[in-house]
Amino acid sequence: MEYVSPEGLRLDGRRPMEMRQIRAEIGTVARADGSAVFEMGNTKVIAAVYGPREVQNRSQQISDQALVRCEYSMANFSTGDRRRKPKGDRRSTEISLVIRQTMEACILTHLMPRSQIDIFVQVLQADGGTRSACINAATLALADAGIPMRDIVTSCSAGYLNSTPLLDLNYIEDSAGGPDVTVGILPKLDKVTLLQMDAKLPLDIFENVMGLATEGCKAVANYIREVLLENTKQLEYRRGL
Amino acid sequence: MRGLQLPLNQTQRIRLQRALEKLHSLSSKANSDASVTVADTIPVNYDDAFLKGHGTTDLNGELVATVCGVVERVNKLVYVRALRAKYKPEVGDIVVGRVVEVAQKRWRLEINFSQDAVLMLSSMNMPDGIQRRRTALDELNMRSIFEENDVVCAEVRNFHHDGSLQLQARSQKYGKLEKGQLLVVDPFLVKKSKQHFHYLEQFGIDLILGRNGFIWVGEHVEARDGMIVDQANNSEQSTVEKDQAYTPLEMRQNICRIANAVRVLSTLGFNVDADLIIETAELSSSLNIDIHDMLGSEFHVLVAEREAERRSLMTKRKR
Repeated sequence: MEYVSPEGLRLDGRRPMEMRQIRAEIGTVARADGSAVFEMGNTKVIAAVYGPREVQNRSQQISDQALVRCEYSMANFSTGDRRRKPKGDRRSTEISLVIRQTMEACILTHLMPRSQIDIFVQVLQADGGTRSACINAATLALADAGIPMRDIVTSCSAGYLNSTPLLDLNYIEDSAGGPDVTVGILPKLDKVTLLQMDAKLPLDIFENVMGLATEGCKAVANYIREVLLENTKQLEYRRGL
Repeated sequence: MRGLQLPLNQTQRIRLQRALEKLHSLSSKANSDASVTVADTIPVNYDDAFLKGHGTTDLNGELVATVCGVVERVNKLVYVRALRAKYKPEVGDIVVGRVVEVAQKRWRLEINFSQDAVLMLSSMNMPDGIQRRRTALDELNMRSIFEENDVVCAEVRNFHHDGSLQLQARSQKYGKLEKGQLLVVDPFLVKKSKQHFHYLEQFGIDLILGRNGFIWVGEHVEARDGMIVDQANNSEQSTVEKDQAYTPLEMRQNICRIANAVRVLSTLGFNVDADLIIETAELSSSLNIDIHDMLGSEFHVLVAEREAERRSLMTKRKR
């Protein structure tokens, strides 16, 4: 199948190096300590953060740092076929683990000993790149909850189809079976915290694709920064003196 | 952007927007570039010595924020005051909490901190008011003082080396809170002041602004020592007393009016202090707005406009 037309356009009309439209909103769950909705094109994800709070299971308590937990789930209505997936299937446990590890790496857990931070992410609409969208949403929610972090984590995916590197794959491109590289970076520290790929790629091409995904991450980071700054300013001026 | 989840019609939306813009213009004069987000570099003069405080970290010789908030500078100290975070206790703060557990010689209280706070039996005034050693009998009767889910007012005593928090309630004004409502707002909306206990005479209401964002609105009690005496033979009598202690309808309405005023202020994200709460409650009663209508969009817009006006007057007066 042809994923990039001779004119250099993809199936949804984007250029190979173009991202989908991103949109973020903070404070969508009233009861949570921090929450956010993040959209990348038709992929829509909601995240809620609770904590730091008292550890629910005393035996899991860590005496010198916070316990970070994460739960990823997909809403039943998020995909085209309305299939009920059992909770805790392999895919969602794996993504939960990935998100937990990525977020734990950037949270300053040693500042909140003997407490627990819960991150819940749910996919409301799935159209490829849910992993990246979840990480971006979780970052926003953590920042909203006022949890100290080293840096924000942003994530973006890239693929390689029809011998062209493509940024931010959607569902059709994702299911084409080509390589799908998901990268998570700390933009300020300029470090990679997450790198996943589910196919083989020659090294020189891989470097290209990863570079493209990193650029995508930086673009997301700029947007997230803007949203956070706007939110902070608004909270401050509303509160007054 | 934190949006209000209110159904607004066209005019209300424009009025609210205008009020918020006015608030924005009033505050932005004072500090426009003080807001930072996670991983923003804080500009400091590296030649001078400075101390890095909360919410900052050192990254390759640069001072970097770790939370979203406002940069504050006190002499050499540079720190970021986080907005919308969990409560950060300071010794001497007055807090309101809810008992989650009765344990050995102590109560555990939920106070919106990263851990539960501890109120020791020994750091609390006994109901009979006598200073003495706590006996095993007292320990057994702890539930007659506070039970699970009781709302308690106390003061932050100290921190332990492991970061856990101790409270004390060594005065008549602390203790169990009854006949009222507990409201939870963001802790950064409650400012530290000389007075956190307020008696609103015109409403006959006690208002306690806990620094942890827990706000108590309840019927006024003279010298809060009306704890039930912890003796078995008195228990029968006390239950009778409880039934008789009936809150009149008018008082309940007053409590609800004040509570709704607090709710409106907190959803709009305005500072919650006693004067503003009274003003808001009086605005609602002077306009004959029903208590349940106070949570509607029209009243939110009115309060926002009022606040914008009030702050502009305040800044004019300063000049």
